[in-house]
Amino acid sequence: MAKIPLTIDGKPLEVDTGKTILEVCKENNIEILTMCHFEGIGDVGACRLCLVEIEGTTKLLPACTTKVAANQVIKTNTEKLKKYQKITTELFFAERNHICAVCVADGNCELQDLGYKVGMDHVRFPYLFPKAEVDTSHPSYVMDHNRCIMCTRCVRVCSEVEGAHNWGVKNRGVEVRIISDFDTPWGDSTTCTSCSKCVNVCPTGALWPKATVQGQLVKNPKMVSELVAKRKMNL
Amino acid sequence: MDSQINKDNTILISPVTRIEGHAKITIDLGPDGSVKDARFHVNEFRGFEKFCEGRYFTEMPTITPRICGICPVSHSVSSAKACEAIMGIKPTYTGDLLRRLIHLGQVISSHALSFFHLSSPDFILGWDSDPAVRNIVGLAQQSPDLALRGIRLRKFGQEISERITGKKIHIMGIVPGGVGAPLSEENRKALLGWIAEATQTTLMGIDLIKKYHDQNKDMVNSFANFPTLYLGTVGPQGEWEVYDGKLRFMDADGKILEDQIDPKNYLDYIAERAIDWSYLKYPYYKPYGFEKGFYRVGPLARLNVSSKMKTPKAQKEFLNFKSIGAGKPVHGTFYFHYTRLIECLSAVEEAERILKDPKITSGDTQTAGKHNYNEGIGSSEAPRGTLFHHYKTDDSGRLTNVNLLIATGQNNPAMNRSVLEVAKQYVHGKNVKEGALNRVEAAIRCYDPCLSCSTHAIGSMPMLIEIKDHLGRTVHVLKRG
Repeated sequence: MAKIPLTIDGKPLEVDTGKTILEVCKENNIEILTMCHFEGIGDVGACRLCLVEIEGTTKLLPACTTKVAANQVIKTNTEKLKKYQKITTELFFAERNHICAVCVADGNCELQDLGYKVGMDHVRFPYLFPKAEVDTSHPSYVMDHNRCIMCTRCVRVCSEVEGAHNWGVKNRGVEVRIISDFDTPWGDSTTCTSCSKCVNVCPTGALWPKATVQGQLVKNPKMVSELVAKRKMNL
Repeated sequence: MDSQINKDNTILISPVTRIEGHAKITIDLGPDGSVKDARFHVNEFRGFEKFCEGRYFTEMPTITPRICGICPVSHSVSSAKACEAIMGIKPTYTGDLLRRLIHLGQVISSHALSFFHLSSPDFILGWDSDPAVRNIVGLAQQSPDLALRGIRLRKFGQEISERITGKKIHIMGIVPGGVGAPLSEENRKALLGWIAEATQTTLMGIDLIKKYHDQNKDMVNSFANFPTLYLGTVGPQGEWEVYDGKLRFMDADGKILEDQIDPKNYLDYIAERAIDWSYLKYPYYKPYGFEKGFYRVGPLARLNVSSKMKTPKAQKEFLNFKSIGAGKPVHGTFYFHYTRLIECLSAVEEAERILKDPKITSGDTQTAGKHNYNEGIGSSEAPRGTLFHHYKTDDSGRLTNVNLLIATGQNNPAMNRSVLEVAKQYVHGKNVKEGALNRVEAAIRCYDPCLSCSTHAIGSMPMLIEIKDHLGRTVHVLKRG
C-alpha cells in the first residue's frame, strides 16, 4: 500500500493511504476520545468527540470518518479541542436523564469514564429532562431511552454484524430516538434474534440484561470486535 | 433556630433542628396565652413513588436507598424482599445472614447518631443551654470521651456495610436473592474486633439515660406521655425482631390486637389518609378507624410489642424497661431514647453471633431469578419503625404502582400529639424561652423522624400552612411553590 507523509501533533509520520485519521492515530498510540466509534463496525461520526484540527481548514473534522491525505498537519490535543470535548460530554448528560448513582452501569459505563476523563465537574447547560420510555417488553433485556446517547452502535451492530436490522432511528435533533422495528415494543420485534450484541456494545446503561443489578453488570464488547475479525479471516 | 411570636398569637418554630430533613411547627395560642393546638408540618417533597413508576422492578433496591442517607439499608432490604416476592425466590442462607448483619449495622449506626449526636446534647448540656453549643460539637467539648465513643459506635455500624458491600452509605450490595459479594475472613475478624468497644459504649449510653431518668423522673414520665396503639415486627415466639418477621399490633393497655400477621397483608390492617396541611400522610389501624386508630412504630413500639429479646444483655435491660410499664405498654415518649439504646445493645450482640456463624463467609450469597409475579411486598424494621415497600408491575416487569409506607409517616399522628402535649406543658403565653421551644422540638426528635423518607406522595397533597387566631379564623395561608 502506498505511503503518504503527514504530521500529527508535530510528529512526522509515513502512513498508509485510505485510512482514517482515527485508525492512524490508534496505530501510532495517539489518544483520541471516541464514543460512537466501535472496533468492527462502520463509523458515522455521530458523537463529535474525535474532532481534530487540520491546517488549512477552519472546520473541526471527525477523525473517525476523515481520511488521511498527503502533507496534512493534524492536531489532536489543542485547548480548543479540549474545550469542545468537554462541551460535547456535558451535552450528553444534559440531553437525557443520566443518574449515575442509581444506574445499573455505574462503575461500568463509557459515558461515566468520559466524564472523568474530560474533567467534567458540573454541567453548564440546562438539563432537558426529556420524558423517555423504559422498554421492558423484551424477555431478556431492557432498553432505557433515558440513558441513550444516540451513538447508534446498537443500530450498526444489528445491521452490519448480526444482519437482523431490528434497531433504527426516528426523528431529528433532541427528539431523536432509537426504535425497534417500526417503532414498536422491542418484545414484539419480528427481526430481533436476541443475540445480545447490541447490549454488549452499548456504552452506557441504556441496554442491559434484565434482573442485573448495579455492580453486577458485565458487558463483553470485545466479543463483537473479535467476531468481526474472525469473519474477516474466514475462520 | 428561628422562633417568633406572630401578632395573631401563633408561635412559629422553623426550622426544627437536629432531625433528618426539614419541618415546621406551629403552636396556636388562645386569648389567655395557653396552648390550644400545635401542629408539625412537613414541607419536603420527594416524589419517589411517582418517578419510580415505569422503571424495571429490579432497579428498586438501587434507587430506593437514595431516599435516605441514614436508613438506606432498610429501604434496600424491604425493596429486595419485594423483588424476591415478584420473582418468587428466597435468598441463600449466607445471603440472608449477611443482609441481616448489614441491617443490624444500620440499626447501630442510626441509633448511635440519634442518641449521641442528635439527642444527648439536650440532656447532657441542658435544655436551656445555648443552642449554639447544644450539639455534638458542644458535647465533644464537655464530654470528649463520650462524644468520641458515640462517633465510633456509629462508625462501627457503618463499617459493617462497608466491609460487606464496599460502601458505608447508600449501599448497593443488597440484591434480590441475597447480597452481591461475600464477606472475607479478614473483614469478619475486623468486625468482630469492634464488638467489645461497641458493647461498652452502648452500656455507657444506657447508664447515662437511666441516670437521667432517675434524676428527672417527673419530666421523663410526663414528657408527651399519652396512650396509643403500637406496631412492630416480632419473631415466631414474639421476640424482638428488626430484619424479618411478622407484624404484631398492641393496644394501649397491652392487649395484643393482631399477631403473626404476614407483612404482605399490611393493607388489611393499615389505611392512610391525606391531610391538607402536611406532605405526610396519616396512617391508622384500620379496624379502629381514623380517629382512634393512630399507632406508633419504632424502638418504643418494638419493645412494647415484643415478648422478649434474643440476646442476654439486651434481655436484662428489656426486663428493666418492662418494669416501667408494670405490665402495660410504656407510653412516655422520652423512653424512645432508652429503647433505642436497648435495641442498639441487642444489635451488637446479634451481630457478634452472626459474625461467629461458620457459614457467614460462604461464597453462596445470591440466588437468581426472573420476573414471575406482578406484585410484591417487602418489609423490615427500619431504625425508626416498620417499613413497607409494595410494588406492582406489568407482565414485562415494569413498575406500574409503588407504595412506600415509611416509619415516620406512621408516627406522624403521634408526633403531632406529642408536640401538643409538650407545648401544653412548657409553653405558657407569649413569654417563651428558647429552652421551652427546644423541648417542643425534642418531642419530635424522640421519634428521630426522617422526613425526607416519608414525603413521597405526589399530586394529592398540596402543602398548606394555616395560621389561625384564637377565634379559629384563618388569618394567613402559606403555600409553597
